[in-house]
Amino acid sequence: MSKILTVSPSPHVTSDQSVQHLMYGVVLSLVPAFLVSLYMFGIGAVIVTAISILSCVVFEMLIQKYIMHTEISIRDGSAIVTGLLLAFNLPSNLPWWMIVLGSLFAIGVGKMAYGGLGCNPFNPALAGRVFLLISFPVHMTTWPLPLQSRIQYLDAVSGPTPLGILKETVRSGATAADALQQIPGHMQLFMGQMGGSLGEISAIALIIGFFWLLYKKIITWHIPVTMIATVFIFTGILWLAEPAKYASPLFHILTGGVMLGAIYMATDLVTSPVTKAGMVIYAVFIGLITVVIRIFGAYPEGVSFAILIMNAFVPLINKYIRPKRFGEEVKNG
Amino acid sequence: MIRTFNKGGVHPHENKISARSGIQGLPVPGSVAIILSQHLGAPAKPVVNRGDEVKTGQIIAKGDGFISSNVHASVSGKVIKIDVADDVSGYKRPAVFIEVSGDEWLDNIIRDGSVDREIKLNGTEIINRISESGIVGLGGATFPSHVKLTIPRGKKVDNLIINGVECEPFLTADHALMLEKGEELMVGVKILMKALNLNKAVIGIENNKPDAIQHLQSLSAQYGGIQIQPLKVKYPQGGEKQLIKAITGREIPSGGLPMDVGALVFNVGSVFSIYEAVQKNKPLFERIVTVTGRSVSKPSNLRVRIGTPVSALIEAAGGLPSDTGKIICGGPMMGKALSNTEIPVVKGTSGILMLPDSESRRHKILPCVRCGKCVDVCPMGLEPYLLMPLSQHDHFDALERAHVMDCIECGSCSYICPARRPLLDYIRLAKANVGKIIRTRRKP
Repeated sequence: MSKILTVSPSPHVTSDQSVQHLMYGVVLSLVPAFLVSLYMFGIGAVIVTAISILSCVVFEMLIQKYIMHTEISIRDGSAIVTGLLLAFNLPSNLPWWMIVLGSLFAIGVGKMAYGGLGCNPFNPALAGRVFLLISFPVHMTTWPLPLQSRIQYLDAVSGPTPLGILKETVRSGATAADALQQIPGHMQLFMGQMGGSLGEISAIALIIGFFWLLYKKIITWHIPVTMIATVFIFTGILWLAEPAKYASPLFHILTGGVMLGAIYMATDLVTSPVTKAGMVIYAVFIGLITVVIRIFGAYPEGVSFAILIMNAFVPLINKYIRPKRFGEEVKNG
Repeated sequence: MIRTFNKGGVHPHENKISARSGIQGLPVPGSVAIILSQHLGAPAKPVVNRGDEVKTGQIIAKGDGFISSNVHASVSGKVIKIDVADDVSGYKRPAVFIEVSGDEWLDNIIRDGSVDREIKLNGTEIINRISESGIVGLGGATFPSHVKLTIPRGKKVDNLIINGVECEPFLTADHALMLEKGEELMVGVKILMKALNLNKAVIGIENNKPDAIQHLQSLSAQYGGIQIQPLKVKYPQGGEKQLIKAITGREIPSGGLPMDVGALVFNVGSVFSIYEAVQKNKPLFERIVTVTGRSVSKPSNLRVRIGTPVSALIEAAGGLPSDTGKIICGGPMMGKALSNTEIPVVKGTSGILMLPDSESRRHKILPCVRCGKCVDVCPMGLEPYLLMPLSQHDHFDALERAHVMDCIECGSCSYICPARRPLLDYIRLAKANVGKIIRTRRKP
């Protein structure tokens, strides 16, 4: 028999799930949220998303080719995911050059400066968003209103987000109940009819994406469920203590970036803990920090900061929260 | 109730395409090469010389030392040389080469094919017979069975577990055996119960073999004390530690043996061989081998004489498919890729799997994305994503502290890794080095 045989150590088979599958699975799961955004914000959603994805991919390619001199790996899909998630964290009327700058920061500083895929401690898309928020606070907090200016991009009719209204009202001395009168009802919030970053508004669309990710085994329930539950419980306690002063827990989980953050930003594989127990701890703290910023901080919203802060603790969590070894504790009987 | 182990595990495509093919006898080949180290432990010492005539079943090499095993002629004929032959790992091993003439068995082997239910030997005689007959664990580890049955003073065994799990994808040899030789298996279990002075035993079978579960369950009514335990399909449930956990709930401590939790595990193939040895006086010189692959024209379970070249098995299954890129001895998760097809079948050969060229090569390796899937699936609770870089940088003491020696090399980590990182390759390397360091340290 003269056939040349391949010889390699076992295992000789691999699962169907590759890094590409994971990345493109995430992209696919964001389609419902994008469609809602398209309906609410119109052409701005398309422009911002397209510029963000394109510039992330191009920057990654250029950096790999001219600075790092490594193999170009844009086909793994991770730059597309970063671009898409960055766009979802931006208002749909942000000027194009700011998006390009944010993409450069996300990919260049947030990811490639650490060595590329798998090496970054912080979520690159959130790094890009926070960079823009600090650099251009006015543009980054001018939110187009839903359903009002679908064919305008930069000159869209803008207004505050529900969380912004809440913060301003409480700061001016009025109660949370006063603020809630200016805000759409829970059902509208659930569907996504509110001002906000282009991808964060629709809880229902994001939850559909979440179930798809669970079905495809791309993420597990631990981080999203724990984080949302923590926000719900913490704000619930405050609300029960002083219902006039604080908004309801349902309001808190349906507005701002809680859904997008819990399902997509906090679950980033590279920047979240490895063990299930570690994930739960990480998600609890993200939830707590989010609420602390929202209620006691200067910013109306705190999800991005909370996730980035906890990203920094992930190596520590991975060091101390280890899986229990087989036969480590002997319980016989 | 269906049981399973709780930590880790994966579920690869089962591909049990030869499950319904039954068992066919492979004709005796023209010549055989019988390797003398087909078992864990010291190689056996040859007791025949070049030019000797041997009969089928005759001892040709005696176990040398406590952990070793006898080797018998699987054919009748003339010893043409005692030389080296390639084994499945590609090493040269001493082997006895026999040129076949006819098929003349030793007179004391009973060949009537009936089921002999009456166990005449006592416990000690049973263990001696098993030792003489060269019985080793046929699940793949090839640990000598008589050593397992010799319980050291102070140890107690109260759980006899029979491994009919066959969790490796593609392999169906044990499945076919359970379907066709159920009665013999039951008597074999009774023999082990007698040798160990136990009145109960459990046979664990994954529930992708409902026919085998049902068949043995109906037989168990006539054989008191034998329980059939259906198990959820999960790899590596056939691993000794995982099976004991699934059935008894007990965890073997790190570095320990099944006996430490009062358990002993025997593969169904070994139990059948024990039946034949004790009741029919037949030493272990043939076994069931699955020959399979999606492009194979006749996926089969063959009864094969030890020492038969793999090429004869492939011929019997319809020849080597033209798209073949890799031939694996064993299953796809833990089997060894063969470099040629003249390698002889040994006692531990459970299957020959032919993979098409398109599935034979490794994928491109990407950086670790710390998804934690390897940690999730590791049945031993290790962290393969950390062990691999430690191994790459020779941090042997850190590897030892991370319990790299606990790894059972099931391959679940490399299987699941979405970045296709060769985790197990580096963990094996680490185990070899750390093992060497530990052994040197123990020396006075």
